[in-house]
Amino acid sequence: MSYHVNEKGYYGEFGGAYIPEMLYANVEELRQHYLKIMDEPSFKEEFHQLLKDYVGRPSPLYFAKRLSEKHNTKIYLKREDLNHTGAHKINNTIGQILVAKRLGKTRIIAETGAGQHGVATATVCALMGLECIVYMGEVDIARQAPNVARMKMLGATVVPATSGSKTLKDATNEAIRDWINNPVNTHYIIGSVVGPHPYPDMVARLQSVVSEEIQQQLLEKEGTTKPDYVVACVGGGSNAAGVYYHFLDDTDVKLIAVEAAGKGIHSGESAATSVLGKEGIIHGSKTLLMQTDDGQITEPYSISAGLDYPGVGPMHAHLYRSCRAEFISITDDEAMKAGLELCELEGIIPAIESSHALAIFKDKKFKKDDIVVVSLSGRGDKDLNTYINYFNL
Amino acid sequence: MNRINQKLQENKKIVSIYFTAGFPLLEDTVSIIEKLQRAGVDMIEIGLPFSDPLADGPTIQGSSTIALKNGMTTHKLFEQLKDIRKTVSIPLIIMGYFNPVLQYGVETFCAKCAETGIDGLIIPDLPVDVYNEEYKTIFERYGLVNIFLITPQTSEERIRYIDSVSNGFIYMVSSASTTGAKSGFGTEQTDYFKRIANMQLKNQQIVGFGISNKETFEQATQFTKGAIIGSAFIKHLSQYGVQNINEFIAEILS
Repeated sequence: MSYHVNEKGYYGEFGGAYIPEMLYANVEELRQHYLKIMDEPSFKEEFHQLLKDYVGRPSPLYFAKRLSEKHNTKIYLKREDLNHTGAHKINNTIGQILVAKRLGKTRIIAETGAGQHGVATATVCALMGLECIVYMGEVDIARQAPNVARMKMLGATVVPATSGSKTLKDATNEAIRDWINNPVNTHYIIGSVVGPHPYPDMVARLQSVVSEEIQQQLLEKEGTTKPDYVVACVGGGSNAAGVYYHFLDDTDVKLIAVEAAGKGIHSGESAATSVLGKEGIIHGSKTLLMQTDDGQITEPYSISAGLDYPGVGPMHAHLYRSCRAEFISITDDEAMKAGLELCELEGIIPAIESSHALAIFKDKKFKKDDIVVVSLSGRGDKDLNTYINYFNL
Repeated sequence: MNRINQKLQENKKIVSIYFTAGFPLLEDTVSIIEKLQRAGVDMIEIGLPFSDPLADGPTIQGSSTIALKNGMTTHKLFEQLKDIRKTVSIPLIIMGYFNPVLQYGVETFCAKCAETGIDGLIIPDLPVDVYNEEYKTIFERYGLVNIFLITPQTSEERIRYIDSVSNGFIYMVSSASTTGAKSGFGTEQTDYFKRIANMQLKNQQIVGFGISNKETFEQATQFTKGAIIGSAFIKHLSQYGVQNINEFIAEILS
């Protein structure tokens, strides 16, 4: 069984391209060209050069000694937090802007929730001298002021999404509507493994540099390319797709996906899509999503702005449905405690998204010699206000 | 014969009106349909509101948000429409996004449409391939006409394919845009209308997007069978309410 996308754009029963005809030409153009472009030697060279010199890759695979001692297993942290702009998001935006340039696009649009993907997009647009428009929910603009300022400094226009719930899903809707209205010169850089095919596959491939590095780094440190477990938090799922990618079809490597339970799975304020979601269509993809019985998409909640997407990428829906990955839900409180624990034991302030992945060690027990790789997908600078308020610092 | 196909055989230009069910008030649905028929429109698209309408501009989005707040649901809409065929004889089409239909159950939804007297469906985010492979037989079993969109970006090959799968009319989106984004037509649109007319398709074309009054209606129907007015009608409803529907339609028919 393969856990990669098939030629029709599906992961098992999930995926596809459920898009209105107005988007067909745009998406089809991308579908026809993305693999060919990403396979060109000149693309690969430019992509890897930028990842090395501009992003700072490879990101370290750090053996977290004190954390490992505490939890009685071998924990390695994949340090995506050390990337330029502070998270894994930049791997995807670098790749997509190179694809966009080769398609002759001159105008870039993106959606953003907390602002991390928006900043990563604004960054590469500045680097390449392309116009950049970032859609962001009005509510998120108000609560993520520093990232809004960053995007503006980088030359991007930040457009408030005022429809619906005025958050990430609405920002995504607005970006899609922009693309409908500007079909010729514009490329839409989606920030996660969501949206119509080929986006989930393209973003997963661009993020797959992370698992490729893990294999090499683990070989040096442990004499094997295979960890026993790979752990990542999942909102839309791009960081998880990146750390899983080269292990997807190797079932010796167990995959753990960590979702945000918010204030508790059944509290009505949660983002645990695998538990609360049902099969449906969101942003052009058939996947699991949180919705009413009537099929209206509902608003998720998490203390972490990067995890409150009402759906999950189709790859992850398939990993869940096929039981290839184990899904664990972590509450706000558990995540915040795990974040503080990493600060105290390892001197690293993690993004609250990544803290969710770190929180599994409280209840889930591993063997002493298990190699557990955890994706430290982002740094916590952006979350300082949330940490301050939560811990009364 | 399906009412849509019958209507398309009439020797006249079709005036079709879109409105969002449950807007401005939850219980306005039946009264809007009856008033539109009385005012002389040929066909009605009843919008099933959705939380995330990707293809729609602010006007229809806004009406959908209000309709959902008012309490509109798929069940509620069918309940409101259960006696509609006692008073209304013109073709009725439900236009909605795929997710609510999927949650209701595609076959259950089609059966309910047939029972209610709905003649066709427009589901913009149900791709033609998926329809053809998975749902066509279900739609046809219940005698429903499924209507596909084409845009100025749609290739000739794809238009021919859509034409071969269609059994009513083709919904011609006038320009690359969401609903209500543009008003009026330039030579670019006229050339596009002519190009499609010259393709001699099996299905006739009805134009939507950008039609707001008599002038744009006439421009749109010069080379096509008819035109659909949506956002402009929603704006009229917001401003003047259900009581003044006749005036809006009279201007277009004048």
